Amino acid sequence: MTISFNINGQPTSLDVDGDMPLLWVVRDMLDLKGTKFGCGKAACGACTLHVDGKAIRSCSYAVKYAEGKNITTIEGLSNGDQLHPVQQAWMEEIVPQCGYCQPGFMMATAALLSEIPNPTDEDIDNNIVNVCRCATYYRMRKAIHRAADIQSQNAKNQPS
Amino acid sequence: MKKTYRAYLASSLLLGILVFGFSTTTGEYLSEPKLPEKSKSTAAELTPEQAFDLMMEVLTHKRCVNCHPSDDYPRQGEDSHIHNFGVQRGPDNHGVAALQCQTCHQSENNNHAGVPGAPEWSLAPRKMAWQGLTRVEIARSMLNPDNNGGRTLEETVHHLTEHELVLWAWEPGVDANGTPREKPPVPKAEYIKAVKAWAAGGAPIPEE
Repeated sequence: MTISFNINGQPTSLDVDGDMPLLWVVRDMLDLKGTKFGCGKAACGACTLHVDGKAIRSCSYAVKYAEGKNITTIEGLSNGDQLHPVQQAWMEEIVPQCGYCQPGFMMATAALLSEIPNPTDEDIDNNIVNVCRCATYYRMRKAIHRAADIQSQNAKNQPS
Repeated sequence: MKKTYRAYLASSLLLGILVFGFSTTTGEYLSEPKLPEKSKSTAAELTPEQAFDLMMEVLTHKRCVNCHPSDDYPRQGEDSHIHNFGVQRGPDNHGVAALQCQTCHQSENNNHAGVPGAPEWSLAPRKMAWQGLTRVEIARSMLNPDNNGGRTLEETVHHLTEHELVLWAWEPGVDANGTPREKPPVPKAEYIKAVKAWAAGGAPIPEE
């Protein structure tokens, strides 16, 4: 079947099996390798990306559901050269260790900040349930708070 | 030669019995559903009391109760454990801000990943909590407009017999290990007939 959607702002149309996981399409057909395969069971969160701004586990999301939607992967999180607050914070706090799971965490965090701009530790615990085998959770928590500060500062600096 | 032929006949007969025996099991249900004796010809002949028992065999099953918890945590699995990852009800029964049911669950089962799905996948509202209730308490709650979202009996029957999320219980897919999830102990058609028979008989609720 033919599926059409926007990915990172670019219109895309593919002839594909509708039940193929969106993750397969993103990585193997569109060659966007930032989104990672972890468990394949919607458990670990390494494959998290955004569909219409909401966090989705792309390993368990059939591409047929993406018809007409806006998909954002880690490659499309920044605004051109302007890094997303989450990306800035991740660099400032030197979060990654091996780094494999980090794109999923960053996409989950970006989705959280769009819903809860200043999350508490409890909000972070409730909403970010991805898995990191290097256990970088402590640095990620700091980075999430830092990203919230950057996002808030950016909003204040924006011309009204 | 004769002896050999007799042995061939005997083994063929034995094989035939075995094959026939296996072919007479009740399909996907390994044992006969627990239908009341009187109902085995057709559920339309059920008394409302028998229909109530049959309906409750389903409504108290984990495929229903896992999503009708009495707290703010969905249950999952055959042992009804609290949903992994600390998943929560959230303000509208669809999860919390950035961890919604639809983060993982879509409108169909995903049997590759073992993630179940159906339209409107969500928890039943807190007022529709069934976990820990008796059959009688569930029925009273189900018929109470304060708890059932203001549904009439007709609307409640419609929900119980036609809502895709309810009927998912008979197409529950496989779990993360590829093991088929357990279905309710009553076949779908028999359950639907029982709900309608119970309602048609005035939806009586037995004494505790």
